[in-house]
Amino acid sequence: MSTVAENPARLEPKPLPVEPAAGTRKLNTAKAIQEAIGAEMEQDDSVFVMGEDVGAYGGIFSSTTGLLEKFGPQRVVDTPISETAFIGLGIGAAVEGMRPVVELMFVDFFGVCMDQIYNHMAKIHYESGGNVRVPMVLMTATGGGYSDGAQHSQSLWGTFAHLPGMKVVVPSNPYDAKGLMAAAIRSDDPVVFMFHKGIMGLPWMVKNQRSIGAVPEERYEVPIGKAKIVREGTDVTIVTLSLSVHHSLDVAEKLADEGISVEVLDLRSLVPLDREAIVAAVSRTGRVIVVDEDYQSFGLSGEIAATLAECDPGLLRSYSRVCVPDVPIPYARELEYAVLPTPARIEAAVRAAVGS
Amino acid sequence: MTVEQTAPPAQLSRDDRRAMLRTMILIRTYEQAILREYHADKSPGFDIGAGLIPGEMHLSAGQEPVAAGVCAHLTADDALTATHRPHHLAIAHGMELRPMTAEIFGRETGLGKGRGGHMHLFDPATHFSCSGIIAEGLPAALGQAFAFRHAGSDRIAVAVAGEGAANQGAFHESLNLAALWKLPVVFVIEDNDWGISVARSASTSIPSNAARAAGYGMPGIRVEGNDVEAVHAAAGEAVARARSGGGPSLIEVHTLRLWGHFEGDAQGYRPDLEGVPGFDPIPGYEQKLIDAGVVTGADLDVMRGWASEQVEDAINYAKNSPRPNPDEALNYVFVEGPQS
Repeated sequence: MSTVAENPARLEPKPLPVEPAAGTRKLNTAKAIQEAIGAEMEQDDSVFVMGEDVGAYGGIFSSTTGLLEKFGPQRVVDTPISETAFIGLGIGAAVEGMRPVVELMFVDFFGVCMDQIYNHMAKIHYESGGNVRVPMVLMTATGGGYSDGAQHSQSLWGTFAHLPGMKVVVPSNPYDAKGLMAAAIRSDDPVVFMFHKGIMGLPWMVKNQRSIGAVPEERYEVPIGKAKIVREGTDVTIVTLSLSVHHSLDVAEKLADEGISVEVLDLRSLVPLDREAIVAAVSRTGRVIVVDEDYQSFGLSGEIAATLAECDPGLLRSYSRVCVPDVPIPYARELEYAVLPTPARIEAAVRAAVGS
Repeated sequence: MTVEQTAPPAQLSRDDRRAMLRTMILIRTYEQAILREYHADKSPGFDIGAGLIPGEMHLSAGQEPVAAGVCAHLTADDALTATHRPHHLAIAHGMELRPMTAEIFGRETGLGKGRGGHMHLFDPATHFSCSGIIAEGLPAALGQAFAFRHAGSDRIAVAVAGEGAANQGAFHESLNLAALWKLPVVFVIEDNDWGISVARSASTSIPSNAARAAGYGMPGIRVEGNDVEAVHAAAGEAVARARSGGGPSLIEVHTLRLWGHFEGDAQGYRPDLEGVPGFDPIPGYEQKLIDAGVVTGADLDVMRGWASEQVEDAINYAKNSPRPNPDEALNYVFVEGPQS
């Protein structure tokens, strides 16, 4: 518990460039994340990485590959399978001025450690009246599509976004992942950084072409809380995030040949939610489809509908959602793909919307 | 290594003993004042949410020896994480009474500007924190110890929990990790015999939680008798071990919950209730120090008068402090950007 003045790590860092031109160098999302963490570790000795298999293995989904070799075991720390203890350790280190990046291997594992996350990490700043900061990143893998079953395939970002006190970012591509990770590490607030396994560009999993993209070599930030229109369109707006952005863009490209103009809004952050961008996009098209790999009820898709209704109920000519219906993620491939927000389901939703 | 210890050490100085007694008297005076203020406007009908001090209130009377004996070895640079029953530890660790009391009264001048309450006291000046969730205050101490060691200092973290916490997963995860990484942590279990209404014998499979330390390869000691000098001795060894890089230790102190789990608890479950005041550790220690010629009756009067002044000053400060502005209820969710 150090004040800003006492701790050099808390000195206001020089601002980074915000969303610079992407350039031509291509990386997959996993490498972009590794690069962002490594660059912040070089700048700031208080940044360290901790979690299960983040060292020699490099993270089960390659989020930390190469960091152990570069920074050593004091700063890239493998932990026991004790999520409560090591997430809590991250919190304690953060309140003393360090900037931990703690990996929860699968978001599905939050059940064994949620008390540290929502009752401690997320509440200490508020309970202390702003006197104690928790500048910590909780990095975690989300999503399904590869038959990992009901306990290793969930998205769950709506659960974290529902609970106050933690920022929640959900990048969809390498460029945003690098910039959002830099912003997350440099933030004085706790940030939950949720990457979908399907956007990492892993060689051992089916991947969308958008998992590899242009990433600047320099350090930069993508601001937390800013959505981005990743495709402009006039007939319907898809509000989405993470891997579903890729599917939505694929559908938009396909339907463009038929003269259907689809706008795609990538939320990028859930907390804070860029409500202005959502309202502005829907104001243009009047038709909205929320595509969300999280469970349908009581979550993001409902929150977006509420946001639009509270702003101007007259905005909406149509609203629909393509989410995971309220069922555990099934194992068998045909069952799993029956509930995931697939391109086919998204396409059907677009056709229904423009026909309405 | 599990040992029973009750014998006081020889090396305690006259000043050490007086200081520990003074701390215990300050804590008791504080808790009595909070008790008085808490109930002052909750009658004739008890409404837990009413009055100048609303909400649950877990007072620590009887557990003063733990706080005084452990904190005698700490400076304000050392971290201390406590429980839902935190006042004695906060006071012994040197928390300023004014902002602490203002927080308990829910005022803008409180440590948390009225956002925390008595179970959520966070004090950067003394690196003190507490958690209302059983055993979940322990992991943060590991991180504080990790940060202290990273900085190359000999600062340590003390993690306090009740005996009920020793049956929680967070306790076992924390002991293992602290021992594995030889973190400069001292774990302290306050065994007051009761997890709310459930007797320790009905919740815990072994007679001494200190024995659990062996399972993690760290020294464990149980201190019987609610004796501040025995606590001081055990804590002295454990703190020195942590400071010198020897890793964590576990101390279980058999202490006493003099009052209810929380205020309003009639304690009908407690068969020993009538005899409880007889176990109060403070009169016994006062008499012991009088007999040893360390204090006189007049000294005790001075200590009590000093404690009362400190406490009443803090109570008055809290009562006269502004209440938080409801329009600012959303402030401090985040450091940066919009608050939701």
